[in-house]
Order: sequence, then structure tokens, then C-alpha cells
Amino acid sequence: MTGATLTPRPGAVVGRAPLGGWALADTRALIGRTLRRSLRTPDTLLMGIALPVIIMAMFVYVFGGAIDTGMAYVDYVVPGIVLLCAGYGASTTAVGVASDMTSGLMNRFRSLPMRPAAALTGHVVESMVRNAVSTVLVVLVAYAAGFRPVAGPGAWLATAALVGAYVLALTWIAVCMGIVASSPEAASAFSFAIMFLPYVSSAFVQPETMPRVLELVARYQPVTPVTDTVRAWLTGAGEARPWVALAWCAGLFLAARVGAVVLFRRRTR
Amino acid sequence: MAPMIATHGLHKRYGATHVLAGVDLAADDGTVLALLGPNGAGKTTLVNVLATLLRPDAGRALVGGYDVVREPQRARTVFSLTGQYAAVDDLLTGRENLRLMARLAHLPAATGRRRADELLDAFGLADAADRLVRTYSGGMRRRLDLAVSLLTRPRVIFLDEPTTGLDPRSRGDLWAVVRDVVAGGATVLLTTQYLEEADALADRVAVLDRGTVIAEGTAAELKRRVGPAHLELELADGSVRRLPTDGSVPDARRLLAEVEAAGLPVAHWRLATPTLDDVFLTLTGGAHGATAPALEEVPA
Ligand SMILES: Nc1ncnc2c1ncn2[C@@H]1O[C@H](COP(=O)(O)OP(=O)(O)OP(=O)(O)O)[C@@H](O)[C@H]1O
Ligand SMILES: [Mg+2]
Repeated sequence: MTGATLTPRPGAVVGRAPLGGWALADTRALIGRTLRRSLRTPDTLLMGIALPVIIMAMFVYVFGGAIDTGMAYVDYVVPGIVLLCAGYGASTTAVGVASDMTSGLMNRFRSLPMRPAAALTGHVVESMVRNAVSTVLVVLVAYAAGFRPVAGPGAWLATAALVGAYVLALTWIAVCMGIVASSPEAASAFSFAIMFLPYVSSAFVQPETMPRVLELVARYQPVTPVTDTVRAWLTGAGEARPWVALAWCAGLFLAARVGAVVLFRRRTR
Repeated sequence: MAPMIATHGLHKRYGATHVLAGVDLAADDGTVLALLGPNGAGKTTLVNVLATLLRPDAGRALVGGYDVVREPQRARTVFSLTGQYAAVDDLLTGRENLRLMARLAHLPAATGRRRADELLDAFGLADAADRLVRTYSGGMRRRLDLAVSLLTRPRVIFLDEPTTGLDPRSRGDLWAVVRDVVAGGATVLLTTQYLEEADALADRVAVLDRGTVIAEGTAAELKRRVGPAHLELELADGSVRRLPTDGSVPDARRLLAEVEAAGLPVAHWRLATPTLDDVFLTLTGGAHGATAPALEEVPA
């Protein structure tokens, strides 16, 4: 050990606040961290792609023939599968947040003169980037499976924005789950719960064909308006309800965003 | 001179458990204060209060003169924390961990990079610097964790059970680091379950039991209260007798002669130095079957 390396400094030596302030600098550092982690756990991304591909194959080739939606089933089901994939991908953020909360890393962040919530933002940005990649890949696979969207550039952009809003809302819900979960394993249960939401929606079958109770659930849950809107924009089939879809995303986002702040404060008191 | 670390009447409750029940402590600038206590004594809780992670229910805590509740951001520029469990990112390399934490500690960029390299060298991690921490051994993780907390050359360092789970050599290395930083002027508060460690490092020792400091003083003072050592006799029937001694050769010889004269069937014997257990039992006045009965009372 070299004495000079360990000698304390006489006063606080901190760098000058960078452009945009420390909060922005902290957030950037932590986004870099989560993106690195993401590249080093390709299984999360692979799972986010493999799962929807398997589900797509099942529904298009196995069940598809038996389901009558009044259009090519592949065109009907792909928007739902894209959302299923995005939802699942967003929910895995819960595991990352939970592992930070329980591993002592969050305590280290909190003992530094930084804003610890920047660590949460890092996870959210990573989720957005990862899901953008996996969603594009899933759409390409869908194309190979016979999906033939008729959307123009405007409709594609609108779709990307809506899916982005949906992923953002779900990611913040996942952050809340990660904060309250007692362990990463407990948090991962959440990603499975999220997987089931699309099954009771218009993603795979038309709600009218469901028993009355489920039909009501399907009709008044967020996945249905988002799916319907994406389907209408991409394939021209059915009715787009962008405002209902956006209202759901915005509402969930706001609730989860506020919830994350409150839960984080409570958990770290 | 005002102490670098000071607590006044700290209280913390979790439901019905009074985890800290009025803790008063002080550590002067450039000294080591060891907090000695068994599992559940409240050591981590106390460290977390000092490290601004936990709000006390009552009382005050000052680090470097800053109140940890009212001025946490200022306090955080003074101290660093090495928690009981290594707080490093498994999916980053050792170097990346150090650089990230340097950025989050708001060190100037060039300083951060230089410090990272210096500390990797100083902690013998240079060869492993670009490997993911996931592949590190437990000892390497602890060293990296400690290196992270020295990035900013903090004036005050909190170490929560830094040597639990380390092999004797790593423990010795860590002791050397603590001595180095203190020689450089830092103030260290470390928690430990080993009297030996407190003895080796600390200027003052505080014994914590169920949230209260039951004794405080230099290691020598504490040990004097326990008796510096005892002869431990394991008898043929498996029972154990402990005889207090000052540890000197004449005293040990005298005791052994008495044991021989009493004709005790001794299977093994050894000179045992005081352990936390002993300090503890003495200070809490706890009755203990094996606590040194007078030789006369030993049934032959
Ligand atoms: N968040 C919490 N909720 C409820 N009880 C808690 C909480 N944190 C700690 N405790 C309780 O407070 C007591 C002291 O815990 P603490 O972790 O401070 O002990 P410690 O001295 O560090 O022990 P160890 O040597 O095992 O690390 C324990 O009885 C523990 O169960
Ligand atoms: Mg502890």
C-alpha cells in the first residue's frame, strides 16, 4: 500500500458542476451503467425476443387456423404480440431495480452526494432502449411470418410513440415493483404477471368471443385500446382509439412515477 | 478540538424493537473508534444513521461537524461508507466500478480516472481491473469495495464489519489499509465482532449491546476489566474449567502447579486471550457455566 494513495484530502475536492448540473451528470453516468449491464446480460434481450417469437409461432401456426377474426390471423395477432413483448421487456426492469435495492448498491449511491433516484432513471432508460431494439426485431420476425402492414411513415411513427408510451408506463410500474420487492426473485414474479395481461385483452381473440366477465375485463384494461389502436394504424383493421390508449398510458405513467418516488422514500428512510 | 464523529442520545426503533436506545459516542480527528458488539447489537443501524441512510427517531449525529439529518449532503462530502456487504456492481469491471463511483462522487473526470488506477494498484487488483466483478473472489470484492470508498480521500471512513469472512492474510492487509489511512489523518469508525481486531486497530473501543453502549475506553482498559487472559482446562470428562490469569509466565506456572497439585484430570489445556464473549459476559454480568470458578470449588 502506498501511503500517498490513501491519504485523505484536506478539504472537499469536487469537480465543478458540469453543464446541466449534477443531476444530469449523475443520470448520464447511471444510464451508461445500465446500458453496459444490458449488453452483458444478452439473455434478457434474447428472452424478450424469443418469447414473443415462440408465442407468435404458436398463435399463427397452431391456434390461428381455429380463430376467426375476419382477417388474416397473423395481421390480427402481431400488434398484440408486439405489445406482449414490450410489456414483458419492460417488466424485467423490476428485477434490476430490486437487485440494486437489496444488494447494498443503493445504499452506496445514497451515501454519495448525488441524487439516488438517478439510478432508477438509469434503469428506465435502459428499458426503453432495450425494448426499442427487441420490438424492431419482433416486427421483422413477424414480417417473415407473413405480417403485411399497410401503414405509411406517419402511422409507423405514431405507433412507435404509442408503444413507447406503453413501455414507459409499464417500466415505471416495474420500478415500483422492484422497490417494494424483498428480493430480485420476488420481483421477477412481476414480469410473469404482466405477461398474462394481454391474454385477457383483444390481443389474441376478439373480446366479444369471451365469457361476459372476461369480456368486461378485456374491454376496460389498458392492453385492449393500445392493441386496437396499433392494429388499426398498422393494418387498417378495426377502430383506432388513440386517446383512450394514450390516457391509459399517461395515467399509469403518472401514478407509477409518483408511486416510485413515494415508495423509494419510504423504503429508504 | 471538536470530534469528527459524534452522536448524542441516538434512538431508533423498529416497531417494538428498540434498536438504538440512546447511543452517545465520539471519535476524535485522526483516530479509530471500534464498535464492538454481537449480532443484532445495532452496529449496522448505528453506521447507517451516521452514513445518512437512516433517520434516527431521536438524538443527533454529527460527522465532520455536519448534522447528518439536517445537512446530509454536506456530511456526504466528508465520509465514505463500506457496508457490511460489498456494494459493487457485478456486471461492471473493477475499473468501471471505480470510475462510475468517482463520477457519482463528483470528482473531476481526470482525477477520477487517476484515482481509479492508483487504487487498483494499491489494492492488488490491477491484473483483474478489466474483468467483470462477477468473476472476483469474495476477498477481491471486499477490496474493491474498500477501494471505492477511498476514491474521494474521505476524512471520515465507516467500515461495517470489514473483515468478517476474510482469510487471515486479507484481514492483515485490511488492517494495514486502516493504519495507512489513519496515519494520513483520516478518522475511522469500524464495527467488529472481534476484540482482537479492536485491540489491533482502535484507539478507543465502544461495546454495544442491545442498542446501548455498555462500556467505552481503550482496548487495554476494557481488557483489564475482563482479565487479560485465562487458562482453559478441558477435563477428561469433557467439562471445561477457566482460570483467570494475567498471562505472565510466573502466573501461568503458578496456576498449572495448583492444577497439578489438585490432581485434576486435565486432557488439554491452553492459554486463552479474552474474546468478545468474555468482555461481554463480564460487562453484562451474565452468568455462564464456564466462567472461572475458584480452583477450590472445582470438584476433583
Ligand atoms: N429494517 C428493519 N426492520 C426491523 N428490524 C430491524 C431492521 N433493521 C434492523 N433491525 C433489527 O435491529 C437489530 C439490530 O440490527 P443491526 O443490523 O443494526 O445489528 P448488527 O449489530 O449490525 O448485527 P450483525 O452483527 O448481525 O450485522 C436487529 O435485532 C434487527 O433485527
Ligand atoms: Mg451489521
